[in-house]
Amino acid sequence: MSVPLSHVLIVASLMFAMGLGCVIAWRANVIMMLIGIEIMLNAVMLTFVGGSAHWGIADGQLFSLMLMALTSAEVSLALAMVVYLHRRKQTVNTDEFDSMKG
Amino acid sequence: MEATLFYILAAVLLIGILLAITARQAVRSIVYLVTSFFALALMFYLLGAPLIAAFEVIIYAGAIMVLFLFVIMMLELESPEKLAKPHFKNWLPALLLAGAVVGALVVLLCSRLQAVPPGFTEIPVRQFAFALFKQYGVAVEVVSMQLLFALVGALYLGRRR
Repeated sequence: MSVPLSHVLIVASLMFAMGLGCVIAWRANVIMMLIGIEIMLNAVMLTFVGGSAHWGIADGQLFSLMLMALTSAEVSLALAMVVYLHRRKQTVNTDEFDSMKG
Repeated sequence: MEATLFYILAAVLLIGILLAITARQAVRSIVYLVTSFFALALMFYLLGAPLIAAFEVIIYAGAIMVLFLFVIMMLELESPEKLAKPHFKNWLPALLLAGAVVGALVVLLCSRLQAVPPGFTEIPVRQFAFALFKQYGVAVEVVSMQLLFALVGALYLGRRR
């Protein structure tokens, strides 16, 4: 394929910027924050795979596989925690979980 | 031909994500995200990573997003999952930071002339598997332990009292 690496990086960074915006704009909702984190991790995976294809080494693809394993562990824990918090306060609004006054 | 396909997929991906982060209901957001992850999987395939493309479809679109969907439907959020839309004052810092990222990218791209675009090399699955199990065997073990800990943690958090 004859797409320059910079175009792949442009797509990945636009994706990352949108995920960052999602996390910050929806900071009152736990589920949308998790979705933003997913988008950012996928942007990083696109960067890894693009670099791996550019230099012809398998390491980038390997690390995107590791990133997938990390994400599945993170999502299972985070969603279990969302269920737990929702059982306690009947909401997913982060402003309600201020018992530590952070 | 492949380059055209790449740009079409990039457009689908970015529009899907834009719709996902501005959706009013979390379920719609998940469905948009699944669409854009399918486009991303095809982009991975075009970049010469067929294994990662398959995993993207199986793990991300098939498992993680469906897990999100299950949890959203399980929680019984108030009147059909309508989320309180963030105000403009919430969008402002988000737009500021995203704009900073995009601005840094523009500065970086304008600062130097682009060289002749080199083609991408496809990495065969044999090379990938060789590197994974010969070079990074320890990392595979660590990942398996990490998944075990995640399983135990999820069981602990989700238990009934």
